[in-house]
Amino acid sequence: MIKNRTAQGYLLNTLVIAALIVGFAILKNTFGKAGDFKLIFAPSIWQCCYLIILAASLNLTLGFLGQLSLGHCGFMAIGAYAAALLSLAAERAGIYEDKKGAAFILVLTGCILIAGILAAIVGLLVGVPALRLKGDYLAIITLGFGMIIVNIINNLPFAGQEGLALGSASSSLYKNGLGFGTTLKVTYIWVAIAVTLISLAMMFMFVRSKYGRAIRAIRDDEIAASASGINTSYYKVFTFAYSAFFAGVAGALYACANATLSTSSFAFANGGILNSTFVVVMVVLGGMGSLTGSVVAALIMFFVNYQIKNGVWVRALPVWLQNVFNFPMLVYAVILIIVIMFRPKGIFGTYELSLRNFISDIKHSRQLQLEQKQAKEEVRSNG
Amino acid sequence: MAETKRIPILETKKLGITFGGLVAVSDFNIQIYPGELVGLIGPNGAGKTTVFNLLTGVYKPTEGSVLLNGEVLNGKKTHQFVNAGIARTFQNIRLFRQMTVLENVLAAFTKDISYNMFDALFRTPKFWKTEKALHEKALDLLSIFHLEDKADSIASSLPYGQQRKLEITRALATNMKLLLLDEPAAGMNPTETAELLECINSIRNRFGIAILLIEHDMSLVMNICERIQVIDYGVTIAEGLPEEIAKNPKVIAAYLGE
Ligand SMILES: Nc1ncnc2c1ncn2[C@@H]1O[C@H](COP(=O)(O)OP(=O)(O)OP(=O)(O)O)[C@@H](O)[C@H]1O
Ligand SMILES: [Mg+2]
Repeated sequence: MIKNRTAQGYLLNTLVIAALIVGFAILKNTFGKAGDFKLIFAPSIWQCCYLIILAASLNLTLGFLGQLSLGHCGFMAIGAYAAALLSLAAERAGIYEDKKGAAFILVLTGCILIAGILAAIVGLLVGVPALRLKGDYLAIITLGFGMIIVNIINNLPFAGQEGLALGSASSSLYKNGLGFGTTLKVTYIWVAIAVTLISLAMMFMFVRSKYGRAIRAIRDDEIAASASGINTSYYKVFTFAYSAFFAGVAGALYACANATLSTSSFAFANGGILNSTFVVVMVVLGGMGSLTGSVVAALIMFFVNYQIKNGVWVRALPVWLQNVFNFPMLVYAVILIIVIMFRPKGIFGTYELSLRNFISDIKHSRQLQLEQKQAKEEVRSNG
Repeated sequence: MAETKRIPILETKKLGITFGGLVAVSDFNIQIYPGELVGLIGPNGAGKTTVFNLLTGVYKPTEGSVLLNGEVLNGKKTHQFVNAGIARTFQNIRLFRQMTVLENVLAAFTKDISYNMFDALFRTPKFWKTEKALHEKALDLLSIFHLEDKADSIASSLPYGQQRKLEITRALATNMKLLLLDEPAAGMNPTETAELLECINSIRNRFGIAILLIEHDMSLVMNICERIQVIDYGVTIAEGLPEEIAKNPKVIAAYLGE
């Protein structure tokens, strides 16, 4: 019975994904050469892809394991630099000439994978000492580690403050290594989408297994978890490293999508979209403990960020408000406060959107609401 | 009963702990034999819960040792105590509040699940087989306390009495040899308490485990325990059969106050 319903779910998800891919391919073939698609749509999809992976992966630590980590972008930086440098090395070694063909695809997948593995190893090294701490202390120490990572990269002779744009490694990622220009971003858009889908699937499988149960138990009550035989430090460190792996993968996609890499884009708080606070806001907004919530929140936050920077309506606003928009961090902070005030569990709470159960879930929640209303009215009429 | 060479499953030797200057428990010695139901009683703040925390590795003893089946458990972590065969419940219920009733029990199987990341990621036959078997086992355990209908409810939504029962079920899922129950009947009415006792007895018969029970209600302990140990200010003041304990002047003094 269980297996049957699960099989149904898998089938449904596969069908929908296949339909989306076909639809997308048609869209791409029709508009692929059009300016809007090339200049706005495709880069946006790349950005959405790494934001989705980033948010979902932080949700593993923050939402499922219940540990506040503020250094997530540090792992992303490791992934980004690892992928970029590796691809440069591969190009100089003559493994591929131009960015097409089987050899390049191989290098590309290799870079993404190694970026993840390197980030996971560093995650392991950071996690072992850091996860002995809890709450605010953990937040502070991960924040510190995130900064240290970025600073170390900063001081590498071949990476540097100016990053891979002007550093000694390369004149520009854009021409060498992984960096994709607008045309290549369209050509390789399937890479971004496939990596995102695979990453999400891997996270879902993790969450829906003994691992997910163990870490949610730890989140709910660490003492009870260890009194139930769960090796809490093992599962905590493992999850931290697993989550860092996907941050590294997201970093590799970031390297593909950008002409230049600079460490300042991974700092804890910068004006841009890539900082650990922004990622935390995405997770909280979507719901701590809901991967689908993180996906939706990543899309929303991308949209907010895009509108703040490029929206036509912004120019119609009073000047002081436009000035506020020059500091996007302020806007994210306000969003975070609003979410915590009005919907502390985030949009989804711990609910997972599922195609199979969508309709029955909606019916169910309607019914719950009705029952609650009735209960309230009864109390009122009795009182 | 073969009195010759029965080995206790649990044995403590001069177990003690000091918090700063406060001696919470000292010179605590107990032997529990397979299948026994032993009561641990004492007035408020006597150190009963502290003994449980020492027996499960939540606190590290400042003196003495804990032996399970002759194996010294000192310095081990809580989950290793559980692996060795000691499970417990808590005085103030500690459930995995945001998880379902079923998941609460499944989580306690974690240490016995042998599939790895690969099996989980690729959903191998081994994964499905294990999950299915455990699913059934969990429902079976839940049926002891008639909780199987609530399998999909969120744990924190259960009424108080059922939360207590779920906590015991979760402890049973760890496949232990010794179960420590910290005031399982606290906050229950007499009917619920009677029902709970019945269940405790049936668990004992079904699984053949030993139970160490902390309880405030003297009459309850007197009824079901085979042996009782009394502590006051962390010191054992009496131990023996229920009838002996009921008559012991030291115990009466401790309970009525000197
Ligand atoms: N972590 C701790 N730090 C300091 N003192 C502690 C700690 N844990 C317990 N104590 C002290 O040890 C003594 C025994 O407490 P314990 O909780 O074991 O009592 P108890 O017998 O379980 O009481 P009750 O019947 O109220 O549950 C108390 O004085 C308590 O304040
Ligand atoms: Mg107590």
